Amino acid sequence: MNGSLQQDLNQETFTLNLGPQHPATHGVLRVKLVMDGEYIVEAEPVLGYIHRMHEKMGENRTWVKFLPNCGRMDYLSALSYNHGYVAAVERAAGIEVPERAEYLRVITVELNRISSHLLWFGAFVLDLGGFTPLLYAFDDREQILDLLESVTGSRLTYCYFRFGGVYNDIDDAFITGTREFIKRLRKRMPMYHALVTKNIILIKRLKDIGPISKDMARRYGATGPVARGSGINFDVRRHEPYSVYPEFDFDVPVYEEGDSMARYMVRMDEIEQSMRIVEQALDKLPEGDIQPKKAVKLVKPPKGDYYQAVEAARGSFGVRLVSDGTNTAYRLKLRSPTYSNLSLFGEASRGMLLPDALALMGSLDLVIPEIDR
Amino acid sequence: MPEPFRVILFIIFVMAFAGLNAAYLVWCERKGAGHIQRRIGPKEVGPFGLLQPLADGIKLMTKQLFIPKGADPILFMVAPLMVMVPAIMSFCVIPFSETFVAREINIGLLMIFAFASVNVLGLLLGGWGSGNKYAVIAAARCVSQNVAYEIPMLITTITMVMVTNTMNLNEIVRAQAGWFFHWHFFRLDISLLMPVAFLIFFICSLAETNRAPFDMAEAESELIAGAYTEYPGMGFGVFFMGEYANIVIGCALSVILFLGGWQSPIPFNPAGFIGVLWGLFWFLLKLYALIFTVIWIRWTYPRTQFYELLNLSWKVLIPFSLFNLILTALQIKIFPWL
Amino acid sequence: MMLAKIKEALAELYEEIPAAAETAAAEAVPEEAAAEQADAAIPEAPEEAGTEEEAEEPVAPPGPKETDYVATGYHLDTALPPEKIVAAVEILNREDFFLETITGVDWIDAQQLEVVYDFNHFDENCRVVLRSMLDRSKPEIPTISDIYQGANWHERETHDFFGIVFTGHPNLEPLLLPEDADFHPLLKDFKA
Repeated sequence: MNGSLQQDLNQETFTLNLGPQHPATHGVLRVKLVMDGEYIVEAEPVLGYIHRMHEKMGENRTWVKFLPNCGRMDYLSALSYNHGYVAAVERAAGIEVPERAEYLRVITVELNRISSHLLWFGAFVLDLGGFTPLLYAFDDREQILDLLESVTGSRLTYCYFRFGGVYNDIDDAFITGTREFIKRLRKRMPMYHALVTKNIILIKRLKDIGPISKDMARRYGATGPVARGSGINFDVRRHEPYSVYPEFDFDVPVYEEGDSMARYMVRMDEIEQSMRIVEQALDKLPEGDIQPKKAVKLVKPPKGDYYQAVEAARGSFGVRLVSDGTNTAYRLKLRSPTYSNLSLFGEASRGMLLPDALALMGSLDLVIPEIDR
Repeated sequence: MPEPFRVILFIIFVMAFAGLNAAYLVWCERKGAGHIQRRIGPKEVGPFGLLQPLADGIKLMTKQLFIPKGADPILFMVAPLMVMVPAIMSFCVIPFSETFVAREINIGLLMIFAFASVNVLGLLLGGWGSGNKYAVIAAARCVSQNVAYEIPMLITTITMVMVTNTMNLNEIVRAQAGWFFHWHFFRLDISLLMPVAFLIFFICSLAETNRAPFDMAEAESELIAGAYTEYPGMGFGVFFMGEYANIVIGCALSVILFLGGWQSPIPFNPAGFIGVLWGLFWFLLKLYALIFTVIWIRWTYPRTQFYELLNLSWKVLIPFSLFNLILTALQIKIFPWL
Repeated sequence: MMLAKIKEALAELYEEIPAAAETAAAEAVPEEAAAEQADAAIPEAPEEAGTEEEAEEPVAPPGPKETDYVATGYHLDTALPPEKIVAAVEILNREDFFLETITGVDWIDAQQLEVVYDFNHFDENCRVVLRSMLDRSKPEIPTISDIYQGANWHERETHDFFGIVFTGHPNLEPLLLPEDADFHPLLKDFKA
């Protein structure tokens, strides 16, 4: 086909408004698509539909009062956000955390990560048109929510961590319940793999769909499972150890392919790794306090700026604090992983078919409140 | 019974069957989906939620028939009927039992296919008339899908017509009398690929009726609700009745062509009225077993991609059905006594 | 390893900063100097910063500053005048760093806006912070979205919140704020 004719054909495009209410966007994300038939010529995500300006809130309330906000950004892995913020303030103010509290943090964060990945698994297959796995995933996730509810007091928007520790100690019921849950999920994972991962339709829909190269992931600052699915061995828990993660033996699943299947496999493997961490943490759980002996009453970090990153379920969540020495933040920047992960959608989806692009979008694991903050 | 009277009675029966069937297939689907997904499904309205379809129907009927701005009002309103009416018409020639058929005509098979192809026109007009981009995409998908899958389906049907030498559905069923291994599905002596032919036919009927994993016209996670996106209340309801009627037609054809229609698996056929009921029982049993399979598939598999769908038809189903046609023709020619 | 290498490379940028700007950068009050320099230095913004000659370890405050990682959470703190940012980012890009985030800080008392770039490396734990002070009345800094495409959204966000103009940015429209937003909520004098 000669060039000018090609160009003429390309001009027959139309704009398709995907969202803000669309079943595949899992929330109020809007994507402006310029389509050529069912092929995407250009995709531009439009954000901000549930923007709440958490960063301004951070400048207006004291360090402690900002704690509940953390759970309201990424509502699916709220504890990672708790952890990131608390650890940043602890770094700035130089607060020591008792070892037991660190262990409890790791246990709850990892359970939260499993629940987040399980929900993603269900919702992702739902995006591909398979309804049933969602309900099974919810069934498993429900158990985690019950466990976490018994410790943290809430089921979704946790506010469990405190500066210097955690708010509540775990009891034996939680420990046995968690062990039972892990045993149960270990039995169920092979079933998921047999029924979903090895399904020929699923494989055809994910293999070689939405490739993200190493370089693209780097240029856009993609982290978490998206980067690990592109062959980048980057996990903040390993890369920049925080809390008591160095004491656990776990693998960082990395897949080289960079397609949607790789990202799917990374998350499925991470469920197993998180279970391993929880098990080890339960085995090694030291006795002791869960908050510093001298309770942290007044937090006034010295002047300066501080950065703390944690590995949330979706990637590297960073908190950049600028303190002016008072009891409120001068500036609180929240670096949410999906914001960077989604920013590559425009480039990665170019030339794809609409259903494939939605598979790609699903594999990025978007949580819109976290992107919009 | 005088003939005109009988026909009117049957038409009433057929309409009632189509309506009730649609309503209760929705119930079956929801109940089946519920149990497949480790939940109960509808249970509040009536015992076992049996009155749920009624409640749904009332809800749909009381909704405003809203015609969106930018839609073509005539096409928009006509489209659901164009899906439902042909489906109900097709019921007229389906033999539920040996004598239990509204009109036994000798080109019944042809008539069903003629009407079945109007279905896609209805979806196309509905999608186009909605003036919604998602609906237009769905309509375009729907047409290419139906064109692609009609070919292997018709080739397989031609094979069966060659085997039975008739287009009269009742005659086709009568040709399968006797034990269950006289059903065409098991007649490897006629064609070695008979089970494959059945599979092709069944897959095609899934695709023709836009059922998962080939539900491209609806594709709720991609196209919101595809061609039905803009339809409110009963407009949507009529579409759905047409959909379910089409599923029944598709499965009924599979049963008639391959699974012996109203024949019982053992050569035992009581005479008179009991015989009619006996045939009806077997027909409905096979029919609903197949429909259950359809529901089962929907709640098990993810949706295929559109190009995979077309590849399956053009690269697998059409060559295989053509091969089957040739093989059957040869077998009939070489062993004419069978 | 990476830290030493990148520090060296970034230090070379300071070599080329004219003395006037150097003191200005050191005192973090680059108002007039930066404005002057914006005209003078941009055309000759060094594309090839990594020249052969070995840079001497800068003794004075200007230059990349190693920080206590445990206390601050990053390794290298680099304050640069705005027109040097692109060159610094190119160096980081060459060393395969990735962009974590871009943000601003409103130093209203000094009448300045600070732009902060956070970089990290996939292979090695090496966090590099670039920062640049802008005049609050006319905050302009060249875009880096052509080097790091991911910077596109971060710059738009920073523009939303602080009104910092990233010159050369392809599409500097509100991203998180409504499309007709003409306010910048993270400025300290913003009143809702």
